Amino acid sequence: MLQELSWKVGGQQGEGIDSTGKTFATSLNRMGYYIYSYRHFSSRIKGGHTNDRVRISTSQKGASADFLDILLAFDQETIDFNGHELRSGGIVIGDAKFSPVLPADIAQGVRLFSIPFTKLAEQSGAAIMKNMVALGATARVMGLEPTFCAPVLQSMFGRKSQKIVDQNLGAVQAGYDAMSAEGGDFPEFQLSPPVPDKHLLMIGNDAIGFGALAAGARVMPAYPITPASDVMEYLIKKLPLVGGVVLQTEDEIAALNMTIGAAYAGARALTATSGPGLSLMMEALGLAGMTETPVVIVDSQRGGPSTGLPTKHEQSDMFAVLFGNHGEIPKVVLAPSTPEECFYATIDAFNYAEQYQCPVILITDLALSLASQSVKPFDYDAVTIDRGRLATAEELAQTEQGQMFKRYERTQNGISPRSFPGQKGGIHHVTGVEHSEIGRPDEIAGNHTAMMDKRLGKLRNIELPNSVTYTGEANPDVLLVGVGSSAGPIGEAVARLNQEGLRIGHAHVKVLSPFPVKTLQSYLAKAKQVIVAESNGTGQLLQLMRLSGLMHAEMSSFLKYDGTPFLPNEIAAQVKGSMLAWQR
Amino acid sequence: MATVKEFRNNVRPNWCPGCGDFAVQAALQRALGNLNLEPENVAIVSGIGCSGRISGYVNAYGFHGVHGRSLPIAQGVKLANRDLTVIASGGDGDGFGIGMGHFMHAARRNMDMTYIVMDNQIYGLTKGQHSPTSAFGFKAKTTPAGNIENAISPLQIALAAGITYLAQGFSHDVNQLTELIQGGIEHKGFSLINVFSPCVTYNKVNTYEWYKQHVVHLEDFPDYNTADRSAAMAKVAETDGLCTGLVYHDDTRKPFDQLIQGYKPEPINAQNLTLEREMFDKVMEEFA
Repeated sequence: MLQELSWKVGGQQGEGIDSTGKTFATSLNRMGYYIYSYRHFSSRIKGGHTNDRVRISTSQKGASADFLDILLAFDQETIDFNGHELRSGGIVIGDAKFSPVLPADIAQGVRLFSIPFTKLAEQSGAAIMKNMVALGATARVMGLEPTFCAPVLQSMFGRKSQKIVDQNLGAVQAGYDAMSAEGGDFPEFQLSPPVPDKHLLMIGNDAIGFGALAAGARVMPAYPITPASDVMEYLIKKLPLVGGVVLQTEDEIAALNMTIGAAYAGARALTATSGPGLSLMMEALGLAGMTETPVVIVDSQRGGPSTGLPTKHEQSDMFAVLFGNHGEIPKVVLAPSTPEECFYATIDAFNYAEQYQCPVILITDLALSLASQSVKPFDYDAVTIDRGRLATAEELAQTEQGQMFKRYERTQNGISPRSFPGQKGGIHHVTGVEHSEIGRPDEIAGNHTAMMDKRLGKLRNIELPNSVTYTGEANPDVLLVGVGSSAGPIGEAVARLNQEGLRIGHAHVKVLSPFPVKTLQSYLAKAKQVIVAESNGTGQLLQLMRLSGLMHAEMSSFLKYDGTPFLPNEIAAQVKGSMLAWQR
Repeated sequence: MATVKEFRNNVRPNWCPGCGDFAVQAALQRALGNLNLEPENVAIVSGIGCSGRISGYVNAYGFHGVHGRSLPIAQGVKLANRDLTVIASGGDGDGFGIGMGHFMHAARRNMDMTYIVMDNQIYGLTKGQHSPTSAFGFKAKTTPAGNIENAISPLQIALAAGITYLAQGFSHDVNQLTELIQGGIEHKGFSLINVFSPCVTYNKVNTYEWYKQHVVHLEDFPDYNTADRSAAMAKVAETDGLCTGLVYHDDTRKPFDQLIQGYKPEPINAQNLTLEREMFDKVMEEFA
């Protein structure tokens, strides 16, 4: 019995590949298996190859598997394009309609089954249900009941009509029977029973949306962009339920400026974007820092530069987020690595924004934003709302007639009381020009120094909790350092290598600003060799470490920037290779 | 009840003596006072340029943002607190140059706010470059041989974008300007008051005298119907945009905030932010 199995379905965009994968993954998640599902797609709506790769496991996984066990193909291109991922002894099930063949370079012992997906679907009611036939064939191979997806189909189509549900189930059964007719059993594709545990299945972007809702966000101005749009699409369904609003703006410039306006007026507000939109937000980001307005910005990284690879994975916005705006402002940059962390980090983001009265950027990457993963249910009691230093009724009452409120009062920790429009006694000025304690333009040299110190001082010498997580050997021969969604593949590689008897550690950076120099230093000091693994072409995380004074004699980059996330075996191979090189 | 006095903060504007913006400031203060608004319930958001300083010269909540973005900021303020009287303001470069995109979208979005543009047909604070409303042939620092681009028509663009209250004033006539601003604030929806506000330092063509000679009053046309959009479009074309008074208004269209699904009468910034456990559990169950 297997502890995990890796499955992929592929075809042309618009053929229902996405819903096939979703039905499959959701059904198995409900049974108690852990899912990691990653979609390959292109910037077009119809046509072009697409696939959904689903890893089913009896324990939590944060990465795609190294190899495929089962490939479902709706066209020959799917086999040609993905066949090389199959392990020896794997299975391809193709639609008899296109007379599938195995390419020459396929792994040893891969078997091909040609099942009439389309024909059986037509007999069941409609050709569109060919994906259900394919799921039936999958069920037969994996030893699942043909009704394994019945509850999910019921919730998908039940409201429309029972007939549709029954037809779909009929199609699944037809696929199951057709696979049975091929003869034989497939014991090598049977999964161990799942540990009956309840998980949620969600993408990182949904977790961010849910986190924002739980954190009390009420205003979200945003402009659509892949792979960030889901946050907005999720919240447009939820915010109206609590009296909030999502507004699709004319561009990202408007999106962040509107977010600033809403936050200034007292709402918890956020926007979400990706690289190109982030570039457009830079001026407003500076304004938020200068005016000490608490905004939350989600940056879901995709392949850059320019339009780059809109639907592919990369981690190349880190420098833009940290250094993109002109002038110097304090900002918090949180980098969660799982959907679960996305949820809690979003809540933290709103709290930090108001505690430190500065912009907070939640940086994710495409794999984290869009991969569908099993997560533990979220803890309601862990949700706290801290609005930071607000002006008290007493303070507001003390403002004398004709006087303005000291919104930018210079205090010990640089954090001043906030008053909102509508509050009597709270009137003050806000400007992107250097200003006095009441917000009036004040360009005198001494004032600029004092106000710069006030703003920048809010985050100086601070390390936020859980800025770095550490697993593996405490005194490692190799320390892997990563950020974002690579926690999954790195973590898996480290566990595997340690099981093999190597001494490997894994430090994962969860906060990019204020950068956790001290904690990282303590880990670096214990490691013989350091490899910083990241999905970009210049090693931004490694450079950031060096810039922060983190030095190590044996520190190198492992970079991947082909648009796909790391796989565990790639990390493991790199570690082994560099250990050999170092020993020599 | 507050009067015009309460809206004065005694900050001395850094505008040149004779600048048209003084009259706009005075008219705005009078309009706010006439409407008996309280200073703390008014938010004035402005852009960059000489005109952008106005948010600091009125006793109210003032937000002086970045160049061209007063409208997005103002709309954010309004979303967060629908009870506020929100004024956005800036100049022709700020609003019709760098901020043009926001202007058209704010007009069609129709949030309940008032936009005052101080139009002097030049860039003043950067010392005399041509602006989007500078006439063809106009000589400025960046058009030494004369402007070879056409001037845009803010009024026609506003009408095309579906604006629901449109007026044009002139700094020389503070009484009319006060009335127009007051009407804009009272209007439930987005209003633009474009104001001919001469730059006495850098624009030696479009002076007070020039406007006096060229501008016609819409009140002088007794048959003019301010509720007829095509008539408004035609009148603006006929007068080459050089008309003052109420150009157009549409009181039938609901403002944005009355159309938002689920939007509560209680302003967002006063709401309890805690998500009830019952709803939290329900939302979480959707991912099972």
